[in-house]
Amino acid sequence: MKVEGRAVCLGPDIDTDLIIAGRYLRTKDRKIWATHVFEDLDPSLAGRLGGSVIIAGKNFGCGSSREQAAVALKEAGVVCIIAPSFARIFFRNAINLGLPLAQADLSCREGELVVVDLSAGIVTAGEFSREIPSLSPRMLEILAAGGLVQHWRKRE
Amino acid sequence: MTTLSERILGAPAGEYVDRPVDRAYVHDGTGVLTLEAWRALESGGIACPDRNYVLFDHIIPANTSTTADLQNELRKFARGAGMHFSDIGDGICHQLMGEGTALPGEIIVGADSHTCTLGAFGAFATGVGATDMAVVWASGSTWFRVPETIGIFLSGRLSGHTEAKDLALTYVSRLGMDGATYRALEFIGDGTAHLSMDSRMTLCNLAVETGAKTGLCYADEVTVGHLEAFGSTASPQTPPACTYEQELHFDLGDIVPVIAVPPRVDAILPVPDLCGLPLDQVFVGTCTNGRYEDLSRFASIVRGKKVSVRTIVAPASRSVLGEAARTGILSDILAAGCTVIPPGCGPCLGAHMGVIGEGEVCLSTANRNFRNRMGVGGEIYLSSVSTAAASALAGEIAIPGGDE
Ligand code: SF4
Repeated sequence: MKVEGRAVCLGPDIDTDLIIAGRYLRTKDRKIWATHVFEDLDPSLAGRLGGSVIIAGKNFGCGSSREQAAVALKEAGVVCIIAPSFARIFFRNAINLGLPLAQADLSCREGELVVVDLSAGIVTAGEFSREIPSLSPRMLEILAAGGLVQHWRKRE
Repeated sequence: MTTLSERILGAPAGEYVDRPVDRAYVHDGTGVLTLEAWRALESGGIACPDRNYVLFDHIIPANTSTTADLQNELRKFARGAGMHFSDIGDGICHQLMGEGTALPGEIIVGADSHTCTLGAFGAFATGVGATDMAVVWASGSTWFRVPETIGIFLSGRLSGHTEAKDLALTYVSRLGMDGATYRALEFIGDGTAHLSMDSRMTLCNLAVETGAKTGLCYADEVTVGHLEAFGSTASPQTPPACTYEQELHFDLGDIVPVIAVPPRVDAILPVPDLCGLPLDQVFVGTCTNGRYEDLSRFASIVRGKKVSVRTIVAPASRSVLGEAARTGILSDILAAGCTVIPPGCGPCLGAHMGVIGEGEVCLSTANRNFRNRMGVGGEIYLSSVSTAAASALAGEIAIPGGDE
């Protein structure tokens, strides 16, 4: 499984309130989450996420269990998130929605082409390639199915 | 020897296991998305309705017609599916599950990150997202990676106006906001035995602020007594001598009142360092500090005095509110000029009833001070109830017991 996109650089400890604020949770309209994603961090970010790979600092997605955070990023067009570490609920949520995550401490150059090969466990950014720890077999299966809902339905 | 998490999940740390869950719960915030994901599964049913709970606490009573519509849909569904349902005003999900429902040794999942609060009962309790929860509804089970455990050894007793909350903020700061990611925290030692259940819940509540999967205390006579008061029976668990991945040691006598400075829960300062910081609002409540012990402590400080800044008090549950009414501390709180709001999350998540404005500063007894959480452009400082009470009276950050 391979994904590629343009790098968007973010700092460490990006919490779920910053990804999607509590004031936007009362809806089922995914577009609203995509429009307001990262609003309190940088209101211009939402418009730049289509086809992007987010490269962030440690502990991405810390805080609440709100799955809307992962939904918002996916709906906004993020194809993969790379960070040295992720908060565990966010990690599960993203995989469950079919949004790939890669664990790596990368230096980020805004706009650079990033290719993540999840099956081979390699991330390439510009000239530079490195290995990433592979996801557990079950997580790869869920991702390959397109998310936990699809994975579950296939199993039935 | 095995840690409590390993014992409950029945496998050594690092292994992946599939386990039936004893209890699963969602609230009005996460339940809506869970219902959507569950419908998408087209599984046709709820595996064990009796093990599922839907508890309304986040935006109650509904603040807009959209919220009301979403809540109506979920309310109807929960009742129709035969799940346990708690409507507005019953209290915060974690608190309600802690009033005689969560039992030692159980596996509990909640669609809320602070589900770890119930580890205080010696249960393995952790937060999951909506899609994971949908599969729990459909199948009755989920998968876990058995976590490694950090042992937090507590000795001695808290003194003066120092509370479990000060201890909690202190350990969060020691570990850092991601210092325990994927791990469990176990609180052990004589110091734990001296803590009430209310205090233990506060301690376990903040475990997730270190990235931990859960925080656990071994059930003992205090746990059994608490559960008995709610009509439930349980037996104590014996802590074995086990090797932890990492150990932290705290002498409770050394813990001092602290405050977490925005926007990080792990950035703490001793209260005297912030003395005199002007406040616009004080908020006492939440799944961290809205229990009877907290309200009673608050009342004992404000009794016969007047707060000099707007102060909101949210009891964590209907039974906490009832108890406060019975013992008269509710009158003390009202007479001191505080606004008491219905049992629930209140302004904690910045959605209603006490949202703060641009440039405003709130001292809160909650567990998160993330940027804009309680309102755009506002700042949240986190403290214990005693510090919040002293500060509410002063209108600025003040040392608890400073006027004695
Ligand atoms: S009180 Fe606050 S932290 Fe606790 S469950 Fe409610 S919103 Fe979450």
